Amino acid sequence: MSANSWTIAAARDALRKGEISATDLTMACLTAIDAGDALGAFVHKTPEIALDQARAADARLRAGDAPSMCGIPLGIKDLFATRGVPSQAASNILGGFKPEYESTVTTKLFDAGAVMLGKLNMDEFAMGSSNETSCYGNAVNPWKVDGRKLTPGGSSGGSAAAVAGDLCLAATGTDTGGSIRQPAAFTGIVGIKPTYGRVSRWGIVAFASSLDQAGPMTKTVRDAAIFLQAMAGHDPKDSTSADLPVPDFEAALTGDIRGKKIGLPREYRMDGMPAEIDKLWADGAAMLKDAGAEIVDISLPHTKYALPAYYVIAPAEASSNLARYDGVRYGHRAKLAQGDGITEMYEKTRAEGFGKEVQRRVMIGTYVLSAGFYDAYYNRARKVRALIKRDFELAFAAGVDAILTPATPSAAFGLGEMSSADPIEMYLNDVFTVTVNLAGLPGISVPVGLDKQGLPLGLQLIGRPWEEGDLLNHAYVLERAAGFVAKPAKWW
Amino acid sequence: MLDISYEAPRPKIIAGATGDWELVIGMEIHAQVASNAKLFSGASTQVGAEPNSNVAFVDAAMPGMLPVINEFCVEQAVRSGLGLKAQINLRSAFDRKNYFYPDLPQGYQISQLYHPIVGEGEVLVEMGPGVARHVRIERIHLEQDAGKSIHDMDPNMSFVDFNRTGVALMEIVSRPDIRGPEEAAAYVAKLRQILRYLGTCDGNMQNGNLRADVNVSVCRPGDYERYQATQDFSHLGTRCEIKNMNSLRFIQAAIEYEARRQIAILEDGGKVDQETRLYDPDKGETRSMRSKEEAHDYRYFPCPDLLPLEIEQAWVDEIAASMPELPDAKKARFMADFGLTDYDANVLTAELDNAAFFEAVAQGRDGKQAANWIINELFGRLNKEGKSVTESPLSPAQIGGVLDLIASGEITTKMAKDLFEILWTEGGNPAEVAAARGMKQVTDTGAIERALDELIAANPDQVEKAKVNAKLAGWFTGQVLKATGGKANPAVVNQMVAQKLGL
Repeated sequence: MSANSWTIAAARDALRKGEISATDLTMACLTAIDAGDALGAFVHKTPEIALDQARAADARLRAGDAPSMCGIPLGIKDLFATRGVPSQAASNILGGFKPEYESTVTTKLFDAGAVMLGKLNMDEFAMGSSNETSCYGNAVNPWKVDGRKLTPGGSSGGSAAAVAGDLCLAATGTDTGGSIRQPAAFTGIVGIKPTYGRVSRWGIVAFASSLDQAGPMTKTVRDAAIFLQAMAGHDPKDSTSADLPVPDFEAALTGDIRGKKIGLPREYRMDGMPAEIDKLWADGAAMLKDAGAEIVDISLPHTKYALPAYYVIAPAEASSNLARYDGVRYGHRAKLAQGDGITEMYEKTRAEGFGKEVQRRVMIGTYVLSAGFYDAYYNRARKVRALIKRDFELAFAAGVDAILTPATPSAAFGLGEMSSADPIEMYLNDVFTVTVNLAGLPGISVPVGLDKQGLPLGLQLIGRPWEEGDLLNHAYVLERAAGFVAKPAKWW
Repeated sequence: MLDISYEAPRPKIIAGATGDWELVIGMEIHAQVASNAKLFSGASTQVGAEPNSNVAFVDAAMPGMLPVINEFCVEQAVRSGLGLKAQINLRSAFDRKNYFYPDLPQGYQISQLYHPIVGEGEVLVEMGPGVARHVRIERIHLEQDAGKSIHDMDPNMSFVDFNRTGVALMEIVSRPDIRGPEEAAAYVAKLRQILRYLGTCDGNMQNGNLRADVNVSVCRPGDYERYQATQDFSHLGTRCEIKNMNSLRFIQAAIEYEARRQIAILEDGGKVDQETRLYDPDKGETRSMRSKEEAHDYRYFPCPDLLPLEIEQAWVDEIAASMPELPDAKKARFMADFGLTDYDANVLTAELDNAAFFEAVAQGRDGKQAANWIINELFGRLNKEGKSVTESPLSPAQIGGVLDLIASGEITTKMAKDLFEILWTEGGNPAEVAAARGMKQVTDTGAIERALDELIAANPDQVEKAKVNAKLAGWFTGQVLKATGGKANPAVVNQMVAQKLGL
């Protein structure tokens, strides 16, 4: 098995034992990346940086100073600012933008010795569920059915495709309404969105600040634990980052969940939900039960308001966060006609620079915040958000340790399939995941089975705030019980 | 503290063709927080730096950059609130005020609309001895300043300087309690004085360090009292806001103009439109900037990058314990301890440096005399040379030395003025300089008596006149002082004149 398909844990052990060098491991990934252009996962390759970092990692490994992530080749979502490397959030409006700073997450990863292979495709400004809103064109799911190209999901579609296609060992993602968990489920990998405030947002292009969290996308739950450990921690540069110690997540993977209480929220049983998803959910519950957990029905009564609330709050924040892309200081500026003034510069720049979905959300956000509508939309959505959060708090207070739900309402769909659909069809992809962002909770998507077409399906586990260790342990049990080992047939 | 009770000043009345009108004024003061670093970044606030040299990534709104509150700016706002006897809100929050402008890199200003850090307070604005307006403060909130757009450097391009972007401002919002142009100017001056005492704002109006938005409306006599009784604004006229005033003189002129403009409209049977106006100091008029319909929709919402700002009462108490003596208290103390007049106390407490200088001189001396010398001689001389008290060539010790020589009778007031002049230009110890220059007043009554006797003998007419009108005896005193070259002690001469003439 070529090294690019290894897990972080396996590579870590091999690197420490000297069975492979970080340079060779990195070369294996770079080769896979070059052979994997058809996946559209990497939008900017950084082989020179990767090899420099790999050589430095090798030196550390030889010196015996090798944290877990040392020498591990990663893909970095384009949403992260990486110094001197294009960081465009997959948007034309940031055309040519190379930050002079490094995001806190990538800084921590590089300090731990990780290797950056390049920047990964995504939906523009992380707005989308299919990676089709990217200015670079869509990424493609390594899983294929009947020769049909499928979406890897979104917004972290490039990250998911790269990990599932073994172009890298793992990748960073970000999750505002499901952008880590949905693509992870669509591509048969693991993705965790940590508790809001666990990972610094500094240097990550903002979409909806009160919902955005970065997290790892990995091949296994153990890798997620190792990777998250390296990303997490208090950052004084992010006022919303929590000043809490980061526990040893890998050590939490005991595989023992005896006596734990797993809640199945009845409101997540949606009308018209495919029988396969329903069965997968029941299977997952049975697996956890077999492992000694108690399965209980719970109610999260405000669930049905989550999606509309999310699609008010997220666009509202986005409309403000994206105001800075005005052509004045960096990124794209439209060519102006004689006599054009500042208003024309704004209008033309933003019309040219932002794609349709981004423009739609900026307009929705502007609308819901405007005088006369603020209370009816934004304020009401905030109240709904508080109620959703309380639903979870009550469930946890009643003794529930984790909540099990489907990760997505379906398996990966075909690229272009949704292009003519009502945008709301696309938004429905987030139905199981947005509640977690609204409540600020940690959530993880674990591959559990294949549908009848042979496409991966995932289940989501939701944990108590700041209890990612416990959540990962539940996921670990589910992963082992499901024994998901399927890999996409290589076609690229 | 101050236990003087004040009478309210009369509101300014403008006589119109249809009767009298009154003014109602409320103000929003933007005071730059005295701080070395900006509100949400570590960039310097230094004025006059190279354009765009004091700009952190967050100030330039680079992608992914996040604001982090500067604790010192919060402390300054709390201190200002305490100085205005205001409610300090232990929990406040930041909101975004969204609008597009090239000098606003984020596309929003971080401000505090819904939960300001400082609540209701009060400023005492004296309009004369025993007359003062209590102006209620509605709130103080912290917010970011914008950068500067420069449109006159190139015919085809505009430029922006982000050095000021993100500098902390306190917006101090008053209630509509100000009733005339003079009161408005006095209010700004008083606020500036308090902030300067506190060290929370430099108050340099020319630099835009302190700027005012002035809301002006007019109403009929009695309407304001109806508003006060009910707090119902419908009793008041429609207001116009005059933006960005940075001179006390212009504030007065703009209010005066604006009130008359509104009265003219109303008396013509028209209606005042609520709008934002700008004052043009060259033309001496206000003109419309944007109407209510064109007003921005700022789409305020809580800033999701910042958690609510929570501060501890103990910290507020600590700041309160370190508060300096404020202008009202200092003035009262100067009047009580040094016997100063209201006027002198005002002059000497206007600036903290003046007050400190005065106290250093007055300590252990006659306070009234010290005040006279500082106000008349020192300030007069400093003004002539365009110097501030901190640049005074004479130290408090030197002026005190001069006063001591007068008090001990060693020199006359006239000599003291000469000595002051010599010390000003040449420096030195007052007693030594006086001795070296032979400045010593004549207290030898024999010499004075001889001079007086000669005068009485030579001027019988004057003697007669003085006997009829005692005030005219001063002539003899003046002549004796003249004859002795100003070295005679006037008190001694006076006494002798009275005795010799039998007055």
